[in-house]
Amino acid sequence: MRSNNRASKLTIAMSVGVAAALGLSACGGAGGGGGGGDASGGSDEVNVLMVNNPQMVDLQKLTAANFTKDTGITVNYTVLPENDVRAKFSQEFSSQAGQYDVASLSNYEVPSYAANGWLTPLDDTVAASADFDQSDILEPMTKALTGADGKLYAEPFYGESSFLMYRQDVFEAAGLTMPENPTWDEVADLAAKVDGVEPGMKGICLRGQPGWGQIFAPLTTVVNTFGGTWFDENWDAQVDSPEFTEAVDFYVKLVQDHGEAGAPQAGFTECLNNLQQGKVAMWYDATSAAGSLEADDSPVKGKIGYAAAPVKETDSSGWLYTWAWGIQKAGKNQDAAAKFVEWASSKEYEQLVADEIGWSSVPAGKRTSTYDNADYQAAAAPFYQQTEDAIVDAKVDDPGVQPRPAAGIQFVAVPEFADMATQVSQDVSAAIAGQQTVEEALTKGQSLAEKVSEKYQDQ
Amino acid sequence: MSATVEAPAPHEPRPEAPGFRTPRRDAEALARAGAWARRAPLLPALIFVIAVTQVPFVITIVVSFVNWNSLYPNDIAFGGFDNYVAVFTDPAMRASVVTTVLLTVTVVLVSLVLGLVVALLLDRQFLGRGVVRTIMIAPFLVVPVAAALVWKHALYNPEYGLFNGALNWLFGLFGATAPQPDWITNNPLIAVEAALIWQWTPFMMLILLAGLQSRPLDVIEAARVDGASAWQLFRYMTLPHMRRYLELAALLGSIYIVQNFDAVFTITSGGLGTANLPYTIYQQFFQAHDYGAASAAGVVVVIGTIAIATFALRSVSTLLKEENR
Amino acid sequence: MTAPTLDRPTTAAVATRPRRAPRASSARTSAGRTLGGRVRGGLLGLVAWIVGLAFFAPVAWMVLTSFHSETDAATNPPSIFAPLTLDGYANFFGANSGASPWPPLINSATASVVSTLLVLALALPAAYALSIRPVTKWSDVMFFFLSTKMLPMVAGLLPIYLIASRIGALDSVGLLIVLYTSMNLPIAVWMMRSFLSEIPVEILEAAALDGASLPSIFRRVIIPISGPGLAATALICFIFSWNELLFASVLTSTQAFTAPVFLTSFVTSQGLFLAKVCAAAVAVSFPVLVAGFAAQDKLVQGLSLGAVK
Repeated sequence: MRSNNRASKLTIAMSVGVAAALGLSACGGAGGGGGGGDASGGSDEVNVLMVNNPQMVDLQKLTAANFTKDTGITVNYTVLPENDVRAKFSQEFSSQAGQYDVASLSNYEVPSYAANGWLTPLDDTVAASADFDQSDILEPMTKALTGADGKLYAEPFYGESSFLMYRQDVFEAAGLTMPENPTWDEVADLAAKVDGVEPGMKGICLRGQPGWGQIFAPLTTVVNTFGGTWFDENWDAQVDSPEFTEAVDFYVKLVQDHGEAGAPQAGFTECLNNLQQGKVAMWYDATSAAGSLEADDSPVKGKIGYAAAPVKETDSSGWLYTWAWGIQKAGKNQDAAAKFVEWASSKEYEQLVADEIGWSSVPAGKRTSTYDNADYQAAAAPFYQQTEDAIVDAKVDDPGVQPRPAAGIQFVAVPEFADMATQVSQDVSAAIAGQQTVEEALTKGQSLAEKVSEKYQDQ
Repeated sequence: MSATVEAPAPHEPRPEAPGFRTPRRDAEALARAGAWARRAPLLPALIFVIAVTQVPFVITIVVSFVNWNSLYPNDIAFGGFDNYVAVFTDPAMRASVVTTVLLTVTVVLVSLVLGLVVALLLDRQFLGRGVVRTIMIAPFLVVPVAAALVWKHALYNPEYGLFNGALNWLFGLFGATAPQPDWITNNPLIAVEAALIWQWTPFMMLILLAGLQSRPLDVIEAARVDGASAWQLFRYMTLPHMRRYLELAALLGSIYIVQNFDAVFTITSGGLGTANLPYTIYQQFFQAHDYGAASAAGVVVVIGTIAIATFALRSVSTLLKEENR
Repeated sequence: MTAPTLDRPTTAAVATRPRRAPRASSARTSAGRTLGGRVRGGLLGLVAWIVGLAFFAPVAWMVLTSFHSETDAATNPPSIFAPLTLDGYANFFGANSGASPWPPLINSATASVVSTLLVLALALPAAYALSIRPVTKWSDVMFFFLSTKMLPMVAGLLPIYLIASRIGALDSVGLLIVLYTSMNLPIAVWMMRSFLSEIPVEILEAAALDGASLPSIFRRVIIPISGPGLAATALICFIFSWNELLFASVLTSTQAFTAPVFLTSFVTSQGLFLAKVCAAAVAVSFPVLVAGFAAQDKLVQGLSLGAVK
């Protein structure tokens, strides 16, 4: 009897403790002002989710002393690597959880997110601002971020296309010249000739790491210019078509014969490192790499030449990619969010970065005025013209030799593409590693792509 | 004890005043009270766990019967067993089951054996024993995602990782060119396993060391004095005593390693045949956005694990078979 | 020679077993060691050192790399003697991004410490009810606790996210505390139960005969004796809570994010990050390393089921 009372008192004490813990679930964290899950109400805060690329890190640094000081709006950032940030914002936007007001989306997500009504249109806010000067934004960018209903749903923060970077000094010493608009056959030829000219230096670096945004970014552009495509206009999958196969064969063989060591693991960073450390002579990849290559502490500063993305059957083949700001419809601080977007993508911000950090760190690739700026031209002399040309020449709707069912150059802007292409990329990566043939990889890829076809052909 | 009691009204039940108790009802009531007294301390923990884990599990089961792709919020519909069919016919899912089993068994066995060896080594006195024991548990203390990052980029990387660098240096001493293998590409599953074994061996070692140090030494001394060899001592005295600890270590290790996500995600991103079940489910949720199929996969995993665990714990293991006090 | 069974010491043996020195092991007395035995002992000690260093090497490399510059960290062959710099740590503390690491560290500390305390408060009575005065179906209850860990955490994530989103608990440390508690409770119950079941019955009976109430039995008998076991359990729970990444990354956003989530923000696909990540990894692992090193004595002692008096 006595122990029963005691035990029940113990039970009550424990239950109170548990209830207290559950009650704690309303309390916020130590991350700064404002309540946690509760709406902080007023427009003096904005929550931003963004990828941790260098340009974004600079933005984070410059916010407090500039944006917050001028407008009184506190910006709470969450910065994550690309894969993680994609998982997070897709979770966030699809559930409209309202945890974030602004997120760095790419032109891959914007069309489908806009179609689902997850984004707030910017026509009347940011785009309407005279200071912002929407007409200054490069046309392919605006086009890529406009929804099917004609409204603008995101503003680019920085953009890129792709081009070919090569060691000018090594080419000169070997008596080789790179044409301004090379073809892939010429590039393969040059790779063979320059391979081994310097000890430990391979001909070319091409991405091999699995991922729709890793290996398939450059590889899809190769497919496009070889006359292939993921889907034709009737949504029939074309992964095992002769053109697609030829393109992937070519890419895999080039990497295996004259490409970098550890190719199946090589992504953007590895190839950048390779080019900087003199382990490769050429690199086909994003225009944004030029900033790092020409930075002051880069071992290859001043030695790199830039040529247009190699072609075969098309006039241009550079891709188009932008990290852009999208405002979540369920976000709680719409006005503050619009102000933030307006500031972050403005000309004034670019000038700020130039003053505080340097022109090579400016988030370029979105405004014509940047490329017309004399200071920028001086600082980015080796590559600014090629970058601007690559972006302006990018044909978002018609990048190949045949019509496409959806937008996108190095991707197909439908939600199913990411997962499907990532799975195919794992097989192609394995093919580079010699663990399977290109045929096998593409046969598997075809059946994966056909599942996506079925979905769209039913509609 | 009260002596007087009021006479009850004719149809009211008898009050349980002391003088009117019957022995049998007494004993039953006492037994029930005793049973509740025994249960009471258990209840807070039990209720808490039930509330926080079973509610989500029920929801997972419900979602597994729905066709729900988060990118198409307008197409949510009841799907019956579609998701389960998809789970069982999906070659990727089957492959990941095999991978999970392979990964778990390998990591648990190897780290158990290694942990035992290290525990045996640390059980004896030698110079600096405390230091070695301290540094041995460091791998378990490093944040797992950090450890995975270090393994992937600082150790395995064929261009600038430590392994290839060490090979380079070693062969350079003899003037030869070193092989610079691409560790992750050539042996993806082993690469992930190695990182996990490195992290979990200290955990096994700690449990086994505790077991070794709880051996009753007087009996062992007596056996040694009687002339038993080291191997005989180990086989007939140490191992039986360690059985419970080995089982506990294997059980706890299995539970955590089956669920391991950080290593696979970081080192190979699930590629090259290393996708285990948690990774596949993650991929279904966050890349394919197919909530229904992912939930179905989760439910299948639970059922499978419970089946295996029931078999293992109820029949093979001694862990749940101790006599009560 | 018969092999005596040693599965569990009988209570009589336990009561009469001589008190063992903390560092007891199979050490031979110096009088009884032969030269061959000494050499062998020395060799085995050497092997132990080599194995220990081999396991520690990646951690040591991580610490060393955190003090190198990015380009030095990425050379082949590795430059062990490259000049040391604090750049990586400066970056961790916000030199390049302006982001302070203290909020996530505080969040992690709060979540880990509070959830550990809660786990101990819940597991101790539960273990009592499963060992010393066990309920009838104790093995079923143990199995149930274990089964709650069989659902892959990633599969349970969606329902928790939905519920938390509805009740407004997203991005709060309280939610993490609740989840970490339920995550660690099964293991704590299993561990604590093992410790409590080793407490000699006579002591408990004596205390009960003395008329001690349950809370005072806990206070005066159970907790002191199973102290090291409690410490071991607490340390394990703290480690698992601190290191947890999946829930934290999905369920928090700008306020309640924890140290491991902050760590992932240093990994980038654009440019070198090895030194930065190593510095961040060392900084984020630091509290756990300190706690583990300080308490590892207790850990082994506590895990020595039955070596406690």
